[in-house]
Amino acid sequence: MIVNRLQELLQDDENLQFVGWEKGETPFDRTPKTFTAETLGNLCYDSFCGSNLSKYLLSQKTDKKTVVLLKPCDSYSFNQLCTERRLNRDAYHVIGVGCKGKIDGEKIRKTGIKGILSVREEGETLKIETLYGTTEIPRKDVLLDKCLACKGKEHKCADEVLGESEDTCVGDKYETVAKLEAMTPDERFAFWREELSKCIRCNACRNACPACSCIKCVFDNPNSGVQNKAAADDFEENLFHIIRAYHVAGRCTDCGECSRVCPQGIPLHLLNRKIIRDVNEFYGDYQAGDAIGQRHPLTDFTFEDSEPNAERKGGGK
Amino acid sequence: MQKIGVFVCWCGSNIAATVDVKAVAEALKSEAGVVFSTDYQYMCSENGQAMIRQAIREHGLTGIVVCSCSPRMHEATFRKTAVSAGLNPYMVEIANIREQCSWIHKDMAEGTEKAIVLARAAVAKLHKNAPLTAGTSPVTKRALVIGGGIAGIQTALDVADAGFEVDIVEKAPTIGGRMAQLDKTFPTLDCSACILTPKMVEAAQHEKINIISYAELDSLSGFVGNFTATIRKKARYIDEDKCTGCGVCTEKCPSRKGLDDFNMKLNKRGAVYIPFAQAIPNVAVIDPEQCLKLRTGKCGLCQKVCSAKAVNFEQKDELIERQYGAIVVATGFKPIDASAFNEYAYNDSPDVVTSLEFERIMNAAGPTKGQLVRPSDREHPHEIVFIQCVGSRCTEDAEKGKPYCSKICCMYTAKHAMLVREKYPDVNVHVFYIDARTPGKNFDEFYRRAVEQYGVDYIKGMVGKVSVEGKKLHVQGSDLLNGEQVHINADMVVLATAIEPDPTARALGTMLTASMDTNDFFTEAHPKLRPVESPTAGVFLSGVAQGPKDIPETVAQAGAAAAKVIGLLCKNELTCNACVAHANEAACNGCSQCERVCPYGAISYEEREIRSPEFRGVRRIAVVNEAVCQGCGACTVTCPSAAMDLKGFTNSQIMSEVDAICR
Repeated sequence: MIVNRLQELLQDDENLQFVGWEKGETPFDRTPKTFTAETLGNLCYDSFCGSNLSKYLLSQKTDKKTVVLLKPCDSYSFNQLCTERRLNRDAYHVIGVGCKGKIDGEKIRKTGIKGILSVREEGETLKIETLYGTTEIPRKDVLLDKCLACKGKEHKCADEVLGESEDTCVGDKYETVAKLEAMTPDERFAFWREELSKCIRCNACRNACPACSCIKCVFDNPNSGVQNKAAADDFEENLFHIIRAYHVAGRCTDCGECSRVCPQGIPLHLLNRKIIRDVNEFYGDYQAGDAIGQRHPLTDFTFEDSEPNAERKGGGK
Repeated sequence: MQKIGVFVCWCGSNIAATVDVKAVAEALKSEAGVVFSTDYQYMCSENGQAMIRQAIREHGLTGIVVCSCSPRMHEATFRKTAVSAGLNPYMVEIANIREQCSWIHKDMAEGTEKAIVLARAAVAKLHKNAPLTAGTSPVTKRALVIGGGIAGIQTALDVADAGFEVDIVEKAPTIGGRMAQLDKTFPTLDCSACILTPKMVEAAQHEKINIISYAELDSLSGFVGNFTATIRKKARYIDEDKCTGCGVCTEKCPSRKGLDDFNMKLNKRGAVYIPFAQAIPNVAVIDPEQCLKLRTGKCGLCQKVCSAKAVNFEQKDELIERQYGAIVVATGFKPIDASAFNEYAYNDSPDVVTSLEFERIMNAAGPTKGQLVRPSDREHPHEIVFIQCVGSRCTEDAEKGKPYCSKICCMYTAKHAMLVREKYPDVNVHVFYIDARTPGKNFDEFYRRAVEQYGVDYIKGMVGKVSVEGKKLHVQGSDLLNGEQVHINADMVVLATAIEPDPTARALGTMLTASMDTNDFFTEAHPKLRPVESPTAGVFLSGVAQGPKDIPETVAQAGAAAAKVIGLLCKNELTCNACVAHANEAACNGCSQCERVCPYGAISYEEREIRSPEFRGVRRIAVVNEAVCQGCGACTVTCPSAAMDLKGFTNSQIMSEVDAICR
């Protein structure tokens, strides 16, 4: 259905380029890709297209009008990048694609199913062909973690919408943050030391994060004076993630890409989510990327803002 | 490599008693780049400075670290010293080993260790210092005074007399402020209007003063010497140039429901009104809430009777944009809302009034033509109880009242008591007080006169409850000196309500980036040494906006603020801050976050051609206007790619300091 619509668009303008996903090497891989009229047949959109294409747009030339497929959650990142003038809204035709939650290949593997050849969706069930026969698992058991904190089915910037979406949010997305807040400082320190010690500095989080969009990252800039800090020792290396969380504070849309792409399974999104929760508590509910041109609370003020004053307990609980 | 000299000051015993200054000087000798290190009793003295100059010349120093008091005290001194020996002033670093070290430590070993660390950090920073040159900016020779009460009028007159243009922006339809509402003034009992109105007239007639009444500051940008203000002149539906102030419209207006703010809402007025007889400008104003024509489209009687054709129902708010070199905040005060104090039956009886309401009742131009009568039945009262400190000095119930002393209530209550006894010797006057605070020239004599000569019954103690009993007000209080409960059946009760800053002050403070205390009074740059300046350069404070004060003090402060304004406007140009931000175009994302946090509007964007390894092509880049940048650093901490940096406090300088401290 999607490809048919894209073909239609081509009839109006044959110079269009398309940003979508392509099948990768394994049954679960879907790779961001730019397509032309000739290669459009390879475009694929299914339940494994979990990756957020907004960040990918930054690396693509826009000399041609670009048609981009965005899931509801990706649209927040797209808006945020437009707000930061990293993307020019006029250069894109946004097709909002329906999403009923995306599948986590790792979660399928973790169920113990071996020798996977292919995965088929039949309604709420996944049929998995393996070397040893066919097995079935319920779809909802293997949704990506980020889908469990779904922001809803609304497309925030679509020029047109194709397909239905579903809100797949389960429970309170701040539950784990609350648990971390309830820890003693020492427990929390130990928790993060352990989690962050797994980091291999592959930079996947930084590369996938739509808020981490600096042309020259401070950690790569010899003039910043911090270039080699993160490599100095294991503690400084941990701080890489803390600093990254602060750099995206107020701009993070909670898209969950950081944790999804982490090969070590570090729950990096919890750092961002803690900051989001604090920002909401101090300045009222705010969703980054809700609309283009928003001023996030950390770069904005109103005359009603409480002054950060100890006596006033400004912004305090 | 820098050649650095370190100078450790004893500050007499201020530093030397807690920090082993010789050990600090000795330890710093082994720091990289340090070629000279010494200590001296008072570095800021002539001898100390001579020692620094000599060392710079003899050792060819490229920079100096002075370990002494806060840079707020003597940074300027040592920069001048360095300049006189041929150094750039920004090659001076101060290690604050007094306020941040000796004064807060008791143990010599600890203090010494910390002083060494602070000095090392300063040396580490100095290694990355570069000579800086400050630019200059012109000064707009015009002052803006916000508020047209006695404070604003006095400041405006003094500034204008020195030859500078002054605009007074007053939010009410007339200047005069609170003082215009007062009957008599302590301690001389002269008529308030008689001494205020000549000043109002003088301001109105002054060729250098421009009164913009019924107007408020809408927005402000810029910095000291170069403010741009947008003033919203509210629609008064009367053409100020045509209106002659004849008052015919005010008599003919059929609407009689509006409450007279000038008389503290004690009487009603027409929808078109002139606040009081001596109003300046003497121009009517239409209250759109009450005007039948504006609300329903019918009426327009005032327009018909106006021979000057001044009524204009189509009038809109007008925005005036103007440049100023200096801004004076004279926003004054209002009495707190007494309705929160219903233990004194303020909401239950019209005969319980606040002091400012009482002021209007006693005033010949007031709602009762100066006759002392009860508001409820217009009968002459025989027993009046004054209650002091209503909402002032509240410590336990801070939600309701104010923690501070309102300062003027003891005196005006003594004044009220005396005036009543003078005019109506048949009236018994009781005053409940916590203390009678009367410091001021001729103040205590005034209070004693009330007690001794006029027989006012001062009762030390507070009132617990006032209850309405028929036509009477039953006042229950305690007499602490006699240790007994007091019951008085009063005809009137007057509450000496606390004063608080005008409600517009906080928003104005935010607009001016002028700091305020927890009670919304503007804070001064130094509580003792710079009492009329805001910490924000170019913003000055006059009157109660800064803290409770009486008329003599207000006038004195207004004059002091004017002197500061004149000192500023006399200059043709100001030296800018050399520590300004700049953007590294290779790293700038053009994301606009810095622009959003800049309180001075110093950042704009330019399309530039960039050729860096990461990017080739045209990109949007942040550009800092160095004349506008005040070096606050908000942009540098907001920039995610560290493209913004602050000269004199670069990211790498600060990182070096941190590294030196953590070494």
